Amino acid sequence: MVNRKIVGAHYGLKDWLAQRVTGVVMVVFTLVVAAALLQGAGGSYDSWRAFMSAGLMRFATFLFIVSLCWHAWVGVRDIWMDYVQPAGIKLALHVLTLLALVGYAGWAAQIIWRL
Amino acid sequence: MTTRTLQFKIYRYDPDQDQKPYMQDIAVEVDSTDRKLLDALVKLKAVDDSIAFRRSCREGVCGSDALNINGRNGLACLTDLGSFPDGKPIVLRPLPGLPIIRDLIVDMTQFFKQYHSIKPYLINNDPPPERERLQSPEDREELDGLYECILCACCSTSCPSFWWNPDKFVGPAGLLAAYRFIADTRDQATNERLDNLEDPYRLFRCHTIMNCVDVCPKGLNPTKAIGKIKDMMVKRAI
Ligand code: SF4
Ligand code: SF4
Ligand code: FES
Repeated sequence: MVNRKIVGAHYGLKDWLAQRVTGVVMVVFTLVVAAALLQGAGGSYDSWRAFMSAGLMRFATFLFIVSLCWHAWVGVRDIWMDYVQPAGIKLALHVLTLLALVGYAGWAAQIIWRL
Repeated sequence: MTTRTLQFKIYRYDPDQDQKPYMQDIAVEVDSTDRKLLDALVKLKAVDDSIAFRRSCREGVCGSDALNINGRNGLACLTDLGSFPDGKPIVLRPLPGLPIIRDLIVDMTQFFKQYHSIKPYLINNDPPPERERLQSPEDREELDGLYECILCACCSTSCPSFWWNPDKFVGPAGLLAAYRFIADTRDQATNERLDNLEDPYRLFRCHTIMNCVDVCPKGLNPTKAIGKIKDMMVKRAI
């Protein structure tokens, strides 16, 4: 390959937007859980289980996990883009990050479905 | 006339003579007619004429005397000597992140390359009218805070994103200029300009750290311009 600096991948807006939207989702979820804890939902195993297994909470928890992983993907990739220069290492790190996050998301989903 | 002695610590490096850079301690006497840091630098040059720095207009217009002053980027000609506390040496270094040519002089090639990459000129393919292309006063107002940039590079060289990827990230100065033409109602290349910037490196390396806003000697706000470019991209996409 010729040694030229090339940029112009024509993407980035969606990631930037997704980072914001997923951030809002996480803040809202955190506030809901904090409010529930303040009202004593964490008092016993049964009350916590009842709170977390309600239909709406399953929906929200899954959304939270997807948001967390997506947010982490954009953020961690930003770190690789900022600090890692060799393209090969960067690609490897991107792939590893993606695989790890997909694995975590699947694992988390299994835990929620088990509730 | 009252005089006072200023102590300096100045970054020195002459690639033809020095193995590596060093900090030189040097003092200079200034009087009450010396108001700005540049005045002191000019006097310093009389003490040691081997010190190299750029300057031209001496009034904040040409943008050539940007330095790292006590750890903060700024123009020597706009920095009041009165703003320095007594007894502490004034530490002068070249702008961070750019290759050093000699002493306080940096190689701005990369900075200007990024500036040129955003096509800093009006693109309009209509035949020019007899007199001039008109704008309403409101449309013209949008260009305030954009056209005043003197390309001193204080902002871009204080931006960590520009330090890490100066060859790929346009940097605050370039992006401010980009928005100056995106916002210009007389320009017809808005879409191409947005296309050109929609890139994870060219625009989206900006993490809104706002160092650029903090140091701009002209009081401009590149972060705000960058935010407006992002807004336009979102509007275009949804
Ligand atoms: S935006 Fe300000 S700091 Fe940046 S180059 Fe222009 S005048 Fe200098
Ligand atoms: S706001 Fe953006 S351009 Fe300005 S210093 Fe921060 S990262 Fe750089
Ligand atoms: S000498 Fe021109 S901006 Fe300072």
